[in-house]
Amino acid sequence: MPSVQATPAAPSNTTQSTSISGSRAVLDALVAEGVDTIFGYPGGAIMPIYDALYDYHDRLKHVLVRHEQGGIHAAQGYARASGRTGVVFATSGPGATNLVTGLADAMIDSTPLVAITGQVFAHLLGTDAFQETDVINITSPITKWNYQVTDATEIPTVLAKAFYIASSGRPGPVLIDITKNAQLQLFDYKGYELCQHVRSYRPKPIVRREYIDAAAQLINAAQKPFVIFGQGVILGKAENEFIQFIEKSGIPAAWTILGLSAIPTDHPLNVGMLGMHGNYGPNVLTNECDVLIAVGMRFDDRVTGRLDKYAKQAKIIHLDIDPSEIDKNVKATVGVWGDCKETLPLLTQLVEKKEHSNWLQRFKEHDAEENKEVTFNELHPESPVLTMGEVIRHLNEITGGDAIIVTDVGQHQMVTCRYARFNQSKSNITSGGLGTMGFSLPAAIGAKFGAPKRTVIAIIGDGGVQMTLQELGTIMQTEINIKILILNNQFLGMVRQWQQLFHDKRYSFVDIVSPDYVKLASAYGISGASISQREDLHAALQTMIDHNGSYLLEVMVGKENNVFPMVPQGCSVSEIRLK
Amino acid sequence: MKQEYTITVYTENHIGLLVRIATIFSRRKINVESMNTSPSEAEGIHRFTIVIDETEEVVRKLARQIEKQVEVLKAYYNSNEEIIWQELALYKVPTAQIAEKVKVERLLREHGARAVVIRNDYVVFETVGHREETDRLVQVLAPYGLIEFVRSARVAIIKDSKGFHEKLREFEQSEPKAELVENEYLNQQKEIFTM
Repeated sequence: MPSVQATPAAPSNTTQSTSISGSRAVLDALVAEGVDTIFGYPGGAIMPIYDALYDYHDRLKHVLVRHEQGGIHAAQGYARASGRTGVVFATSGPGATNLVTGLADAMIDSTPLVAITGQVFAHLLGTDAFQETDVINITSPITKWNYQVTDATEIPTVLAKAFYIASSGRPGPVLIDITKNAQLQLFDYKGYELCQHVRSYRPKPIVRREYIDAAAQLINAAQKPFVIFGQGVILGKAENEFIQFIEKSGIPAAWTILGLSAIPTDHPLNVGMLGMHGNYGPNVLTNECDVLIAVGMRFDDRVTGRLDKYAKQAKIIHLDIDPSEIDKNVKATVGVWGDCKETLPLLTQLVEKKEHSNWLQRFKEHDAEENKEVTFNELHPESPVLTMGEVIRHLNEITGGDAIIVTDVGQHQMVTCRYARFNQSKSNITSGGLGTMGFSLPAAIGAKFGAPKRTVIAIIGDGGVQMTLQELGTIMQTEINIKILILNNQFLGMVRQWQQLFHDKRYSFVDIVSPDYVKLASAYGISGASISQREDLHAALQTMIDHNGSYLLEVMVGKENNVFPMVPQGCSVSEIRLK
Repeated sequence: MKQEYTITVYTENHIGLLVRIATIFSRRKINVESMNTSPSEAEGIHRFTIVIDETEEVVRKLARQIEKQVEVLKAYYNSNEEIIWQELALYKVPTAQIAEKVKVERLLREHGARAVVIRNDYVVFETVGHREETDRLVQVLAPYGLIEFVRSARVAIIKDSKGFHEKLREFEQSEPKAELVENEYLNQQKEIFTM
């Protein structure tokens, strides 16, 4: 192993060259890219990088996770809370394959990540060496870009390219696999240069005014225009541009699960959530609007329901930075290809100032009906058992909508996204496209590192929490302050709900047993409590939030409560059921 | 309506890109009829020629998924009317049969076959043409003891293409000119949008 100098690498933009190892070049790249936190787990093939990291502890914080899946979900949480690129380290073989779920999750949810994996020595590639796995081919379909480095001289340019590709255009995960010999290799280092151009890659186009014009004409002629928005608004850092657009045009706006928190919940034009467990009005009125304006969203099947009965009466305007999304699921009348940070202001200039009060009133009428049938009872139940909705209502009262909420997957996720209140962007972090159970706990850890000044609450079901609860060890060791709220219905609730509704109540392997979470937390030095009574709820939540340090609160909720409304699979959005 | 489409992809010459392109088809359970990779007219730029049998809508979406790959510069798709294409076929036939039967020699001549190798035991012929043409010779030779047959992937030239030199220069600019940023919504169907 080469000796590692403790002196910093030559700063960027100098022509002076020094001889450094590939490993140091990796870490120098991270420093130059402004990375402050790495989530990772060491192992044989990445040891030279970890050895070099020893000398970088003053510039790079490394969070030792308990499993590589936890590491990559933490990097995702970091990226989603901070708006910056998350970084994860893993060793070769099992370390790298443990990243797969997180890469797939980041790919489908467009999360900017750079994953760095160690690999066996280049001369051992393809020999079934110890901990060798073909990580490039395994991860090709679930990375925006990946590359194997076998020669250290490539490291500065490859890492610059990795950060550029991960964060530009439609963001996504990039994996760089570095063989051990390249990590050890000493080479003539000429400094680090940020990447600004890759000739085969156009992250965003020049906006064509003719489509802006065509879109504005449709909007100005519309009687019942309806805006639906996704995470593109957040990723494009276009929250203000978006609000200016809807406020001038007076168009009601509904969000996808990943678009949630892009505008404050109490914005008067916010009409709620789209999709399978979304709000009544946005779903029903999708099939009544005359112009549907989709901003930074991809018409996922959980949003559209049955496609051949989706908004057939409407002219569709689709704003997206990824041209392969336009016309993919829903044919656009006008496709506006571009960065919504640029396209929205152009559109705002051309749209007439309007108020669609009668049309907005229609959403309110539907909202009143939904409130009568579903929402009121969920938030103010008279039943003896607690509902998930009332837990979220009390949490809203305590946080005032200022917390980052990281949900897992299932019933608690739908209920939380429906009822949680948000005042600022990047506050809702959840696994949307992939639906990864086990996401929340590690992602909440990452979110806290990404936004250390904010309150971070992981809301998790009793199923999901048992998938990644080894990360309690990470919380213990890093001593970070996150709040873990387990909504325990003693079932894999969403699957149970489907079995009840669509499989004649044949509850096949959904009754899941939990450990004593309070004892478990205590074993990790984390305070906690478990409650099941309504009179304890508010105070218990207040204690959780006020506690100095991480805290676990388990709330026992109704075993067989269902999430409504619901668009049954294979049905049109207007066939949404309230009960 | 399904029909044959030829997808032409200009790419960087990078290891791993073949898998990325192949999985775009296999993920959607679409059979690739033939795939050829070769250099292109532009130095350092690789050219894939892929033939599939699909509807225009599916092919258009596939072309966009291919273009989405970071190392792909451009993907075009064309119907058979829009391209000139050829496939190469090789046939191994026992020499005795050719020598004895005058008819075989005439048949080979009629099909434009050319002898590549002549040995005591067998002769290898080649033909170049469309699939129906190369297939027809297989039928013809079968009764005369055809030992081996192999056909290459399709290579195709796009009739309307002006080549890739100009485009490549454009890609190399970090700020492309607006008029060169194509967009299919301008109905430039022949030049699938990108950049």
